[in-house]
Amino acid sequence: MTRIFVPKDAAALALGANKLAAKIAAEAKARGQAVEIVRTGSRGAFFLEPLVEVETPQGRIGYGPASVAEVPSLFDAGFLSGGAHPLRIGRPEEHRFLAGQTRLTFARCGIIDPLSLAGYAAMDGWKGLKRAIEIGPQSTVAEVLKSGLRGRGGAGFPTGIKWKTAADTSADRKYVVCNADEGDSGTFADRMIMEGDPFALIEGMTICGIGIGAAKGYVYCRSEYPHAGKTFAEAIGIAREAGYLGPNIFGSKYAFELELRMGAGAYVCGEETSLLDSLEGKRGIVRAKPPLPAHKGLFAKPTIINNVLSLVAVPTILDRGGQFYADFGFGRSRGTMPIQIAGNVRYGGLYETAFGLTLGEIVEGIGVGTYSGRPVRAVQCGGPLGAYFPPSMFDTPYDYEAFAANDGLIGHGGVVVFDDTVDMAKMARFAMEFCAIESCGKCTPCRIGSVRGREVIDRVLEGVKPAENLALLEDLCNTMKFGSLCALGGFVPYPVMSAVRHFKEDFQPRALAAAE
Amino acid sequence: MPQASAWNAERAREIIAEHIGLEGPMLPILHGLLEEFGCVSGEAVPLIADALNLTRAEVHGTITFYHDFRSEPCGVHLLQLCRGEACQSMGSEELAAKILGKLGLAWKGTTKDGVLTVEPVYCLGLCASSPTALLDGEPLGRLNENKVAEALEEVHIR
Repeated sequence: MTRIFVPKDAAALALGANKLAAKIAAEAKARGQAVEIVRTGSRGAFFLEPLVEVETPQGRIGYGPASVAEVPSLFDAGFLSGGAHPLRIGRPEEHRFLAGQTRLTFARCGIIDPLSLAGYAAMDGWKGLKRAIEIGPQSTVAEVLKSGLRGRGGAGFPTGIKWKTAADTSADRKYVVCNADEGDSGTFADRMIMEGDPFALIEGMTICGIGIGAAKGYVYCRSEYPHAGKTFAEAIGIAREAGYLGPNIFGSKYAFELELRMGAGAYVCGEETSLLDSLEGKRGIVRAKPPLPAHKGLFAKPTIINNVLSLVAVPTILDRGGQFYADFGFGRSRGTMPIQIAGNVRYGGLYETAFGLTLGEIVEGIGVGTYSGRPVRAVQCGGPLGAYFPPSMFDTPYDYEAFAANDGLIGHGGVVVFDDTVDMAKMARFAMEFCAIESCGKCTPCRIGSVRGREVIDRVLEGVKPAENLALLEDLCNTMKFGSLCALGGFVPYPVMSAVRHFKEDFQPRALAAAE
Repeated sequence: MPQASAWNAERAREIIAEHIGLEGPMLPILHGLLEEFGCVSGEAVPLIADALNLTRAEVHGTITFYHDFRSEPCGVHLLQLCRGEACQSMGSEELAAKILGKLGLAWKGTTKDGVLTVEPVYCLGLCASSPTALLDGEPLGRLNENKVAEALEEVHIR
């Protein structure tokens, strides 16, 4: 019986992984060869998807990107024993895209069956949780503090300080909330974890519960991720059945219960306070801070709200120690960052590495330029609210501080590449349009500023007092930046103003540009 | 895509009752109604308001805040084309314009025979395989006009 691994990550499904798995099964049956097809998450090298792997005495051998049409030739080539074929990439972990990575958060993703408890345990699963139970809440929080882990959702706030605040606040009930409302275009790391290694998130949240004294957790997953929701819901059921969730975890005095909630298509619910309102059953309206959620969060109880990636970093930190994690990184950005290379890029996917690469090394070195083969013109980092960088800024180191110093943000780790056909005025206009569609409506700079912003950009492009209107746009952006309640209105100026600053030639009045 | 049932107040009350014990039951209730009826119609508002001890205005405000809770059912099939920046970098706007043009639809429009609705969606997390879409919840990547046509044909739309 040969084991064959075919991803069921949504991005692999989008490229035909289900049909491929069915064809492999049918072909094996027709040829009388015994195979077991194991569905995994994705390794994150999406340019190789669907990536089929075969278990051989030499380790797993990968073939990709595979298609239904190529299945007979794969069998003819003896791929079940690792035979030569044009699609053969050798051992995936030795592939250039994967070999250079430092996989702490994504150590298991794409390798194990995401719903196999045995597979999870065989690759260091539950070790962090066991240690947290051993050392108790205070030392658990201390490890996270020592790791220097900063919130991977985008804001980069030190996770340990957040946890300590909630731990030090006494209340009859506390909550752990996982923000899995990964709405930023160009990001997919949360989705990959929920589909490819869901027990790691369950373990991270349980450790957080022990650390702060909470017995209940919620995962708020966006509805655009139906597959992630489905896999994660199954994982919760399996973990509960096996006693990894429930009243006495590992026979200890600690109890933790977990529930999955699906969002409903509102981008702003990725903002932590509006997510809490949404969980409570209200419109997802941003709350003013203070009070901090760590003091008064879900149902006015002390609440830790962390991103998926922050929580999934925690089991490693507990298992191997805060110092181990802190030894990776650069400056005040410690540990590893799962960078998501996306858009018009040749080798796109998830690249987890210690902080400190330059943007150019990511785009040109790892991504190897555009998918279209045309020159790179702009790179948007940090989602729809992140700045556009021109190639002249490719020496910027990829860390929180260096990006902030260049009027940008690394956000949730998305890096979207554009070739030279991009119209940057259109992208700036889209940023305002998106903000207008998704604004929760609570604060004026965001609600009205985004609508006016789009109108002002239109006037610039129509040639109506372009210089005056560009000045007005900058003024409006400043109002939005400093006057908005949350990052939606507050950060939209990043893409808009970076487009104006670095790609000014695209903001020429259109009739005039055409005449040139 | 499973065919949605017609409005039935009794069934709606059952769905509300199934979720009412949860903390913050509103969204689970609305998702339950959406799944059953293909939309969250105005008729559900007083039932939810009554069960959760809220005003009808509060319930209406919540339903209409979220893009997912449509007030009318969509077509038999739903094509959600991604308009996120990553997909735009691979020409999703041009692709969407062609598809909508061919079908004679605007965003969120439904074909006259009621078979297909086309909606925009802002990121599906498939950003290294752009342009992308969901057709009846199933992901599609590296799209072009032909691939969209093939996918639609598979669900018997020509």
